[in-house]
Amino acid sequence: MAVLPEQVIYMDNNATTRIAPEVLDAMMPYLTQFYGNPSSMHTFGGQVGQAISQARQQIADLLGADPGEIVFTSCGTESDSTAILSAIQSFPEKNHVITTRVEHPAVKNLCDNLEIFTGRKYHVTRLPVAADGTLDMQRYRESLTDDTAIVSVMWANNETGVLFPVEEMAQIARERGVLFHTDAVQAVGKVPINLRETAIDFLSLSGHKLHAPKGIGVLYVRKGTPYIPFMNGGHQEHGRRGGTENVASIIGLGRACALAAEKMEEENTRVRALRDKLEQGLLSTVPKALRNGHPTQRLPNTANISFEYVEGEAILLHMNQLNICASSGSACTSGSLEPSHVLRAMGVPFTAAHGSIRFSLSIYNTEEEVDFVLARMPDIITKLRALSPFWEDK
Amino acid sequence: MWEYTDKVQDHFINPRNVGEIEDADGVGNVGSIACGDALRLTIKVDENQVITDAKFKTFGCASAIASSSMLTEMLKGMKLEDAKRLTNDDIARALGGLPKEKMHCSVMGREALEAAIADYTGAILPMAQGEVVCECFGVTDLEIIRAIRENALTSVEDITNFTKAGGGCGKCEGKLRALLTETMAGEAGQPTGVAKKKRMTTLEKIKKIEEVVEREIKPTLKKDGGDIRLIDVDGDFVTVSLRGSCANCHSSRTTLKEYVERKLREQVLESLIVEEDK
Repeated sequence: MAVLPEQVIYMDNNATTRIAPEVLDAMMPYLTQFYGNPSSMHTFGGQVGQAISQARQQIADLLGADPGEIVFTSCGTESDSTAILSAIQSFPEKNHVITTRVEHPAVKNLCDNLEIFTGRKYHVTRLPVAADGTLDMQRYRESLTDDTAIVSVMWANNETGVLFPVEEMAQIARERGVLFHTDAVQAVGKVPINLRETAIDFLSLSGHKLHAPKGIGVLYVRKGTPYIPFMNGGHQEHGRRGGTENVASIIGLGRACALAAEKMEEENTRVRALRDKLEQGLLSTVPKALRNGHPTQRLPNTANISFEYVEGEAILLHMNQLNICASSGSACTSGSLEPSHVLRAMGVPFTAAHGSIRFSLSIYNTEEEVDFVLARMPDIITKLRALSPFWEDK
Repeated sequence: MWEYTDKVQDHFINPRNVGEIEDADGVGNVGSIACGDALRLTIKVDENQVITDAKFKTFGCASAIASSSMLTEMLKGMKLEDAKRLTNDDIARALGGLPKEKMHCSVMGREALEAAIADYTGAILPMAQGEVVCECFGVTDLEIIRAIRENALTSVEDITNFTKAGGGCGKCEGKLRALLTETMAGEAGQPTGVAKKKRMTTLEKIKKIEEVVEREIKPTLKKDGGDIRLIDVDGDFVTVSLRGSCANCHSSRTTLKEYVERKLREQVLESLIVEEDK
C-alpha cells in the first residue's frame, strides 16, 4: 500500500515540502555527533551555539533582518500566536484587532477566540476580499482606530497564492501607531523580502514550507517592539522563547534559507513557467474550469483551479490513483461540511468552490510531471462529470 | 486522508449503474450543489412490484458516489416492499462501513430511495414535511429524529455526521441538543423503530392533534392551495374535512392517509385513524 517518494508527482508544496538534500546534510552532524546543549559552558556544547548563530544569520539574511530579531519557535502557528498575543497584552487598553477573512486557521481561529485566550472582549475587524482575492485598501485604512492593538495580515494566501500588499499596509499601520504582524509562511523563499525597508513589526515563517523539516518556525520581532513571551522558561532566545533549542532543525532551517536565496530566481522563472503551463493547459483543455485568485498578484508556484459541477475529494482520489498529490478546498476533504472559507470570502459560487483543486509546485517539479498531469486531468474531470446530475444541463 | 474500504474504493473508481432511466417509474432527487452533494436516483418497477432497474447520478465525494453505486446494485431485483425497509445502515454495511464523518452519504442514498418510491406510489414524503432545523443544509426535525432513533445517535457530533445538520454555521446546535435529549428520553425503554406511545388524556390528545394540524399540516396543504379543518376526535378516530384544492383532488385519499394520518401518528399517537368528513 505504501507509496514510494519516487512514484509520486508532488504538487502539494503549500502543504509541506521535501527536505532539501543539502539541508539534511547540514543537519546530520547535529543529530549524531554534535549533541551538546548550546547553553552548556563546555566547548562541546558551546560549539553548537556557534552553529545556531550562523543559522540565525542565514535566516536574517533572507529576511533582510538582524540576527537579534530572529526568535526560534516550534512552528508557524506558535509564531502567529506569540505575535498576536504579545501585542494585545502589551496594549491592554486597546481592544481592537484587524485581520482578513482569508487567513490561515493559525491566525483565524486565534482571532475568533481571543476572548477565551485573554478573558477579555475584543472587537475583530475581518477585512473582506474581492472576487480575485485582493484586499480593499481604502477599507483597511478606514478600519484602523486608536483602539487597534495589532493588524495581522498574511503575506501570501496558502490556498490561492494571492499576495497582499503587506509592506504598504504595515507603513499605514505605523503611521497610526499600530503594530503590524504578517504570517509569511507561504511567502518566505518565494518573494523577495527586505524587512529593514518595511514597517513590519512581526513576521512568522515555518521551516517545512521551504524545504527544512517540520517542527521549526521563526518569529521575526523588530528591534524595539514591545514583546511578551508566549513560552516562558529558560533564558534561551534571550528570554523571548523558553525551551531547549531544536538544534538540528535550526541548522537545517538556516541552510534552507540560504538555499532559498539562491533558488529565488528559479522559483520566479522556471517554477512560475511550469505553474503557468499547468494552469493555462488546464483552463484550455477542460471546459468550465476557472482560476481562483488574481492572475499576477500571486505566488509563482500556486494554481487554484475550480472544475465546475464536480466535487474536489472525488477529483483528488482519482489523482491519487495516479500518485498525483494536490489539495482541495472542498468541504469533504477537510471533514468540515462547508467549502474553504477563503473561496467563500471571494464569493466563488458553490458550483465551483466544491470542485477546487490547489496545485502548488516547487523547484523539484519537472516539465514532464506537468505534462503528465495535463494529459490525465481532462479524463478525470470528464469521468466525474458523467456522474454529475448537474453537468448534463450545461 | 479518509480510510475507505476496498469496496468503497471499488464502487468509487468503477461506479455501477451510472445514468438515468429514460422512462423511469420513480425519480428521487436529493441534496444540492450548495450542500456539496446531490443524488438523482431513477428506478423501474414491474407489475409484480419488483425493482427491475436502478440508475444514479451523483455529485459528491468518493463515499457519496460509492453509496449511490452500491444502492443501485442492492435495489436491482428487490421487491418494492423490501426496498421501503432499506436503511442507511444497510448501505453503509454493504460497503464494509463508512468513516463516521461520511455516514451522511449513506443517509442521502436512503433519502433518494424514499423519494423515488414516493414518486412512484404518489405518496407525500413525510420527512421533508418537518420543520427545518439546520438552515445551512435544509435538514428537518423529522429527519434528525429518525437518524437519532435508527442509528442510536448519542451526540450532536453524531447528528452532524449522519445528517450534516449543524455542520455549517452551527447556530442550530442548541436545537439539535434539545432534539437529541428529547428523542433519547423517548427511546428509553422503547423497542427501537417504534414511535413512542404515551398515555394521554382525551383532552391532551385533542389539544395535541389540534396543535399538529394547525402548526404543520395546515401550512403544508395551504402551499398547494388546500386546507384542512379538524371536525371531531372520538377515541382513536380523527375526523377532518379537506378544503380548497384538496376537496376536489383525486389524490385527497392519499394525502389523508399518507400525510395527515402519518403525521398525527408520528407526533401524537401511533393508533390514530384519520377519516374524512363527507
